[in-house]
Amino acid sequence: MSKPNDLVQGTLDLLILKTISLEPKHGWAIAKRIQQISGEVLQVQQGSLYPALHRLEQKAWIKAKWKETETGRQAKFYSLTAAGRAQLEQEAENWSRLSAAINLVVETT
Amino acid sequence: MVWARRLWLRLQTVFRRERVALRLDDEIQFHLNQQIAENIARGMSAEEARYAAMRTFGNPTYLKEETRDTWGWIWLENFLRDLRYAARVLARTPAFAIVAILVISLGIGATTSLFTVVRSVLLKPLPFKDPSRLIRLYEHDADGKFPYNVVSGGVFGEWKKQSQAFSDLALVSGDGTEYGLSGTGGQLPEKVRASECTWNLFRILGVEPALGRSFAAADDQPSAAATAILSWGLWKRRFGGDPAILSQTIHLDMKSYTVIGVMPSWFAYPAQATQLWTPIYHEESAETIQALDDHEFIAVGRLNPNTTETQATAELSLIVRRLHDEHRDNPFVSDAANSRPLLEDMVGDIKTPLYVLLAATGCVLLIACLNIANLLVARSATRRRELAIRTALGGSRGHLLGEHLTETFLLSAVGGGAGVMLAYAVIQWFVATRQDMSRVEAIHVDGVVVAFALGLIFLCALFAGMVSSFSVSGDHILSSLQESSRSYSAGPGRVRLRKWLLAVEVALTVVLLIGAGLLLKSYERLRASNLGCITNNVLTMRFNLPDAKYSQPVQRVNFFEGLLERVRALPGVEAAGLGRAVPGSGYWGDGGFLVAEHPPLPLGQAQYAITRWADPKYFAALGIPLLRGQTFDANQRLDKADEVIVSESFARQYFGDEDPLGKHLLKFGHAHKIVGIVGDTRFLIAKPAQPIMYFPMYDGTMTGGSLAVRSNHDVTPLALPIQQIVQQLDPELAVSDVLTMDQMIGKSTLDASFNATLVLAFAILSLTLAAVGLFGVLSYIVAQRTTEIGVRIALGAQRAEVLRLMLSDGLRPASLGLVLGLAGGAATSQLLRDLLYGVPPLDSRVYATVTILLLAVASMACLLPAWRASRLDPVQALRNE
Repeated sequence: MSKPNDLVQGTLDLLILKTISLEPKHGWAIAKRIQQISGEVLQVQQGSLYPALHRLEQKAWIKAKWKETETGRQAKFYSLTAAGRAQLEQEAENWSRLSAAINLVVETT
Repeated sequence: MVWARRLWLRLQTVFRRERVALRLDDEIQFHLNQQIAENIARGMSAEEARYAAMRTFGNPTYLKEETRDTWGWIWLENFLRDLRYAARVLARTPAFAIVAILVISLGIGATTSLFTVVRSVLLKPLPFKDPSRLIRLYEHDADGKFPYNVVSGGVFGEWKKQSQAFSDLALVSGDGTEYGLSGTGGQLPEKVRASECTWNLFRILGVEPALGRSFAAADDQPSAAATAILSWGLWKRRFGGDPAILSQTIHLDMKSYTVIGVMPSWFAYPAQATQLWTPIYHEESAETIQALDDHEFIAVGRLNPNTTETQATAELSLIVRRLHDEHRDNPFVSDAANSRPLLEDMVGDIKTPLYVLLAATGCVLLIACLNIANLLVARSATRRRELAIRTALGGSRGHLLGEHLTETFLLSAVGGGAGVMLAYAVIQWFVATRQDMSRVEAIHVDGVVVAFALGLIFLCALFAGMVSSFSVSGDHILSSLQESSRSYSAGPGRVRLRKWLLAVEVALTVVLLIGAGLLLKSYERLRASNLGCITNNVLTMRFNLPDAKYSQPVQRVNFFEGLLERVRALPGVEAAGLGRAVPGSGYWGDGGFLVAEHPPLPLGQAQYAITRWADPKYFAALGIPLLRGQTFDANQRLDKADEVIVSESFARQYFGDEDPLGKHLLKFGHAHKIVGIVGDTRFLIAKPAQPIMYFPMYDGTMTGGSLAVRSNHDVTPLALPIQQIVQQLDPELAVSDVLTMDQMIGKSTLDASFNATLVLAFAILSLTLAAVGLFGVLSYIVAQRTTEIGVRIALGAQRAEVLRLMLSDGLRPASLGLVLGLAGGAATSQLLRDLLYGVPPLDSRVYATVTILLLAVASMACLLPAWRASRLDPVQALRNE
C-alpha cells in the first residue's frame, strides 16, 4: 500500500487542485475522487489531505466554505480561487513536461 | 488581492485560533463519519466500520498537529507555551524570582534614567532654529592664560562691522546682571537675575516670544524708551500670568520699563536662572560697551550657510589681531578669537560627570546581569536531573534552550517594566534636584528612551540566559543522570563558570568602589579646604543701590554707614562687614594696576589682580587675618580715601622681597597707598587663591555689595531682623542671596556632593549584589559537598581545617576579582581626573580602603556557609545518602 510520503508533496497539491477545479468538494469527496479516477492506484492516506488543504488555503490558492451536503450535514467545501487556477495550469504544465521527459528516458533505454 | 486574502487568513488563525481549531475538529469528524457511513453501506458492522475508517484516515491527533503547523504562528504558540511554563517555574521559587526582578529593575531603572538625562541634555540638539550653525565666540590671548575669554563690547562692535562669516551676531551680558524689581500693590521688592542682550538675540536663536513682541533695533539704543521681556516663570509667579502685562510699566532699579513680551516656558538663555531680558545698548554705558579691554560679554553668532566654524574663527581672529596691533599700549586687548559650538558651551562642564554616572549605572546593570546569570546557573544545577530526563525523553536541545531564554526574558521583562517606572520617578527627582543644571527643562522620556529600555531588557535577557545556558547545554545526559543519583560534588565545570562570573562581578564592584572613594574623598577635601576666612555662623546677603536714587557717592556712603551701624547694634551680632563680594562667592572681576615706585612695564605687558572693596571692619568681621600694617582709616572717605590693602599672594607676586607697605598702586587715575597686608582668600572654594587688592568701601564708588554678619551662635535667626533694617532704610530696596557661608559653600560644591553620593550609592548596591553572589555560590558548593565534607570529618579532618578549606574556596574568586578590579580601577580613575580635587587618581589610601572593605565583606559573606560546613554532623551528612 502506498503511503502518503510516497507522493511527492507538489504532486498531492496538483491532485487536489485538479480534483476541485470543476466543482467545490469537501475533503472526503476529494480523497474518494482521487482514488476513483486513478483506478485505486493512488491510495492517499486520507488524513494527510488536511495539512495539504490547509496549506493551500493559507496560500489563498483555494478557498473554503461551510455548506450543507445533499444529506443535510454541514461540511467544508473547497473550491479554486483565481490564483489557484493559475497555479493549477502552471503545475499541470510542469507535470506533463516532467512526465514526458521521464517517459522518454524510460522508453529509450 | 491574493495578499489581502492571505493576511485575512493569517489574522484569523491568530485571533480566532480556538474557533479555527474547533472547525478543524468538525471537518475531520465529518470526514470520518462519511467514511463510516460508506463502510456500513458496504456491509460492515458499526464497530468494524469505525476501525476501518480510522485506519484509512491515519492518526487524527498527529494530523491535526500537522495541519495546525501550516497555519503559521507556530513560534508564537510555542513562545506562549514556554512563557506559561516559565511563569510557573518562577512562581515555584518566588524568593529567587523576586530577588532577580528587583536586581534587574534597579539596574535597568538606573541606566535608563541616566541615559534619559544624557540624551536630553548632551545629545539632543538645542531647541533653537538650525542649532548646528550657532556658535559661541570668545577672545583669546597670546600667552594662553585665557584661551576662552569673554568678549569686550568694543571687539564685538568691530566683529559685527567687519565680519562676513556670520548671518548675524549677538551680544549678551554675563552672569552677574541683576535688577531690583519694585513691588506693586503690597508685593515686596525682589532681585531678579536678568540678561542684557542685543535686540537680535532672539532672532538669531530663532525663538519668538510666546506673548507680545521681540526687541526691535529701535529699542536697542541709548535714546530709546526702556523695554523689557519677561521669562515665562517670572510672568506666572510675579504677575499671575495675566496677559494684560504687555505694554504695562514695571520698575527695575527704580526706573520705568515697558514690558513688550513674554518668552516661552522652555526658553532659558544664557543661564538657567535668567528671568528677564533688556536691550544691551540701552542699558550699558557707552564707555563700557565700547571698551576694547573690558572683557565681560557673551557673544553668539549664526554662521553663514557656506562658512565653517574654523573659517569664521580665523576671520574674527584677524580682526582682533588688527585691533591689538592698533592698541599696542594697552596690554588687555586680546590678539585672537576662539569659538565653540553653542551646545558644547552650554553643557560642556556637565559632560564628564554625566558620562561618569552613566558608566557607573552601566556597571551596576552588568553586575545585576551577572548576578542573575549566577543565580540561574545555581538553579539549573538543581534542575539538571529534570533537564536530563526531558532530554532523554526527546526534548530537543534547541527547545530547552528556548525555554531557558524565555525564562530569563520573562524575568528581564518584568524587572525592566518595574525599572522603567523607577526610571520615571528617578528622572522626576533628578529634574527637581538639579534645577541649576543647564537644559534641565529638556529632560523627557521619549520614544528613543523607551526603545533603549526595551533594548536593555532584551540584552539582559540574552546575556543572563546565554551565560547561564552554557552550563545547561554542556551536560551529558547520561552522566547527569548518574551523577545526580548520588549527591557528590557537581561537575567542576559549572562551579568554575560561577567562580568566573563572581570574579567579574567583584572586579566591577571594586572599580565602582574606587570611583566612589575618589569622588568622596575629593568632595571631603573640597569641603575641608580653607576659604581663608571664618565660615561658621556667618550670614551674607547682597544688595544693590539703584543709580536713580543713589547717584551721589555720598548718598551711598551714608547708606553703608547707616546699615552697618544698625546691624552692629542688633543683639546677637558679633561683627559685621561690608564688601564688594565675600570669599567663595565668585570672581566678580579684576583690573590692571601699576606700582608707582616700580619702573614702567615693558610695552604690552600687564599686571592685574582681583579688585574688591571693603569697609575698615570687614577683615575682622570675616576673620581674614591682618598680617601686617593696619586696616583702612575710617575717617578717610569719598575723594580722600586713597588707601589700599593687598593680599598675601599679591605682595608675594608683585613685590617679592620688597616691603609693600607704604608703596603706592596707580589705579582709577590716582595713587593708593598700601596700608596693610591681609591673608589670602579664595574666590571659589575649588580654585586656588589669587592676588587681591582691596579698596575702601567708603570711597563711595561701589553701588552695592555683600553684607557679612557674624554671630557667636546660630546666625540664621538674624536674617529677618537684618532684612527689616534694610527695609527701614529703604523700603524699595531688595536683598538677594541671603545665605550663610556654609550654605554658599554647599551650593558651590553641590556638583561634587551629587556625583559622589550617586556613585557611592551605586557602589554600595554593587557591593551588596557581589556579597549576595558570594554567599549564594559558597552555600551552593557546601550543599553539594555535604557528603564529601561528612566523610572528611568522619575520617578525622579538623573542623578548623574544613573551615579554612571552604573559606579559601569562596575567597579565591573574590581575590581574583579584587586584583582585576584594582587594575581596572587604576585605569578608569584616569578618566575621573577632571572631577577630582586635591586627590590623585592613584590615591593609595582609597585603594587600600577599598581592598580592606571588599575583603571584609567577602569574608563575611563566605563565613556563614563555611562555618556551617565545619559544624556538619558527619553522621547526619552520611545518612542523607
